[in-house]
Amino acid sequence: MDLHWMDASPTEDERAAVDTLLGRADASDKPGEPLEEHVIRGGREAAENKRHLLLPTLHAVQGEIGWISAGALNYVCRRLTVPPAEAYGVATFYALLSTEKRPKRIAHVCDDIACKLKGADALCNELEATLEPDTWHRSPCLGQCERGPAVLFQLAGEEDRTLTAADADAIRSGLEGGADRPEPKPSTPQTQGSREEGLRLLRRVGVCDPTSLDDYREHGGYVSLRRAVSIGADAILREVKDSGIRGRGGAAFPMGIKWDAVAKAPATPHYIVCNADESEPGTFKDRVLMEEDPFAIVEAMTIAGFATGSQRGFLYIRGEYPLAKKRLQNAIDVATRRGFLGADVMGSSFRFDIEIRCGAGAYICGEETALFNSIEGFRGEPRNKPPFPTQVGLFGKPTVVNNVETLVNVLDIVGDGGPAFAALGSKDSTGPKLFCLSGNVERPGLYEVPFGTTLRELLDKSGATDNIQAVLLGGAAGTFLGPDELDIALTFEGTREVGASLGSGVVMVFDEHADMTGTLLRVAAFFRDESCGQCVPCRVGTVRVEEALQRMARSNGNGAADTALIDELALVMKDASICGLGHTAASAIQSALARNLLTTKDSDS
Amino acid sequence: MSDRQVEISIDGNDVTVNEGATLLDACREHNIETPTLCYLENLTPVNACRVCVVELEGSRTLVPACSRQAEPGMKIQTDSERVRHSRKLVLELLASSVDMSLANDEIQGFMKRYDAEPEKFGKTAPASAEGERDRRRTGHHHAPDGATAETVAQPVKIHDEMYVRDYSRCILCYKCVEACGVDAQNSFAISAAGRGFDARISTEFNTRLDDSACVYCGNCIGVCPTGALMFKPEHDHREAGTWDEASQSVTRTVCSYCGVGCNLELRVQDNEIVRVTSPTDHDVTDGHLCIKGRFGWQFVQNR
Repeated sequence: MDLHWMDASPTEDERAAVDTLLGRADASDKPGEPLEEHVIRGGREAAENKRHLLLPTLHAVQGEIGWISAGALNYVCRRLTVPPAEAYGVATFYALLSTEKRPKRIAHVCDDIACKLKGADALCNELEATLEPDTWHRSPCLGQCERGPAVLFQLAGEEDRTLTAADADAIRSGLEGGADRPEPKPSTPQTQGSREEGLRLLRRVGVCDPTSLDDYREHGGYVSLRRAVSIGADAILREVKDSGIRGRGGAAFPMGIKWDAVAKAPATPHYIVCNADESEPGTFKDRVLMEEDPFAIVEAMTIAGFATGSQRGFLYIRGEYPLAKKRLQNAIDVATRRGFLGADVMGSSFRFDIEIRCGAGAYICGEETALFNSIEGFRGEPRNKPPFPTQVGLFGKPTVVNNVETLVNVLDIVGDGGPAFAALGSKDSTGPKLFCLSGNVERPGLYEVPFGTTLRELLDKSGATDNIQAVLLGGAAGTFLGPDELDIALTFEGTREVGASLGSGVVMVFDEHADMTGTLLRVAAFFRDESCGQCVPCRVGTVRVEEALQRMARSNGNGAADTALIDELALVMKDASICGLGHTAASAIQSALARNLLTTKDSDS
Repeated sequence: MSDRQVEISIDGNDVTVNEGATLLDACREHNIETPTLCYLENLTPVNACRVCVVELEGSRTLVPACSRQAEPGMKIQTDSERVRHSRKLVLELLASSVDMSLANDEIQGFMKRYDAEPEKFGKTAPASAEGERDRRRTGHHHAPDGATAETVAQPVKIHDEMYVRDYSRCILCYKCVEACGVDAQNSFAISAAGRGFDARISTEFNTRLDDSACVYCGNCIGVCPTGALMFKPEHDHREAGTWDEASQSVTRTVCSYCGVGCNLELRVQDNEIVRVTSPTDHDVTDGHLCIKGRFGWQFVQNR
């Protein structure tokens, strides 16, 4: 069956944006035919092999032109031999891609829960009164929670950039092409002033130039890969298993089991995927690591590849992190030039390459199988599991998928050995852990502590107030805790005991003045916006939860009935949704209702 | 299919099924009625509707029967409280947001069986304006006030004499997308677009079907379970109030256009063909037809 293209033609600029990425078309332009000779000859298989370039190509058009017109989409489809309806389905899946014409400079202003605590609502009100409506949009969490309110500028023809501690003037100036602000200092209070001893994950932050491979090596870089190559894959797998490390992305799955399964999987090739699509509201730990210690991630992925027999790694960074992307791309380029990546890694004759892929504004793509679909050029809809990624992952092959923080721990595990790593933390939660402190604390930022530190100790470190109304642990998919629950140990098992989870390491503090009702409504709106829409419990359930919560917030209805309704909805989402987004979409709201955080506000006012 | 057998337990009874069978196959083989919406024998399971979920011992969540393969020793419950709750809620969520009044009898039966009460989410919100749902900005929505329950209601799309697309009735089961794609027609004229509650079935840029890759095979209509996609003659009858299923007869015949031998089922009312389908278990068509068999029957009525 021949594909049917649209009649629309690209402009010269649109064509150039696509050709810059894909090279010039090699077939003559005949109506009704693909624009690639190899596809005309190779048919469907040849076309399928190019599908993974769809999202990068859409990014290229969006980035250069500022939107994706019918002509541009048609040209992309003809170059990649993708049906236009499917490409449109992909383009409209992502919030950072636009299929309608819009200004070349757009500000995405975060009004999510952390930035709300820093005055995002007042800022948005001001922008509503002073800016043209199509030049800025409200945005879900941009991962700059420690220094909000945050803004992401999407600038056609220029690099995107972020602005933190934004105000209306700075946003206006950014939209008018004003100068970039100097980059803020790394948000790691433990490395400022008198530097804290014994930091592991943050050891290079603030002391090592993140753009320099030489500096990285001077600060212990590539010692672990050298050791990995000398002890061999089996020994690495043993160290990882002995370390007892569990994933830091939210699911806490034992990393050793994953690596082992992929190393032993008979199907080939194997892939390494680094999940850097950090989008959980309140989370910014991976961003700091990527911006401040990018070579560590490259080295860790290389070790993962070596241990599991993978030659190719994909690093999937959320689209809202332009600086992280720039630093990692530099790290990959430099490492490749200097023989730490490529055909002969450190002279070991092991081949490993890393490709960066960028998300485009979709929280769901942090779900591992949605991430695979996104890389493969399909809508970021999660797949049903089983089969699990270790068997059928990226491109249908055995795949290790690990979060950034999890991977960076590998350097110590291989460097010092698994048992030494396991000596830190608790029995079931080994090693150091990063926590993202935001909200009403004096010193917000990224903190590293051993597992087992209590929540109160962490709050004291960051200078939280005495007048705590609630602490959100684990992110929007996590749990609100009350002021009487601050002595829990921050371990996977300790939080599980109180029905909470560490999630992605979010610790967001709400003092007695915080608007909890507004916060809960924002959480409900977030999940409604970010549901992929594939399965019924999540697609409609998130809408019904938000409606019920709105009724409660407006005291417009029967509160007890709506609480019961939310419980019913939470259960079907937890039991019957396809993926973790639906499973946890109502958790934080339920936990807040159980702690009367909604009524606290009502009785105050 | 392999002739090996797998032993599992369903509702406390040990049963044996073929290796490779899904839990749905197992349930059906043993006469355990399992509701399905997005599942169809002649399409790849997408397990999106989640109404077929069953409780699997040892699994944190329920699992979709339509796509989960039976493994030795599995113990499943098909009518536990959790299963009934999820099935009921899935049906309620759908019926509260979608017009299910033309859903087939089987689906109406599920609604009764699980006591679905879609009204409990409140009275329905007004329909959106023409094209509004097709232009919603991804990842954004207007905050609701909770006074009404949002729906997908919108004006019906009629652009030609063959197809009617009434997306107020669409439950997003993806069957039409599959039938248009690799499962049958390989036209790829439609896809899911947008995200979350604003996800919808669309052509590229919501273009009209006659400008799209559509070849009017009607296979999407053939698989639609809720009447969202409908043949124009049927739609016209329903609008006029003259659709009378009780008086209709079904005649099975063979398409006369070419030599493939597709079986046709002609649904006839008042000596007039009102709908043409093909049996899903027919080994030539798998239930799918082309534009000629589906729509080219006017000559029969040329009196």
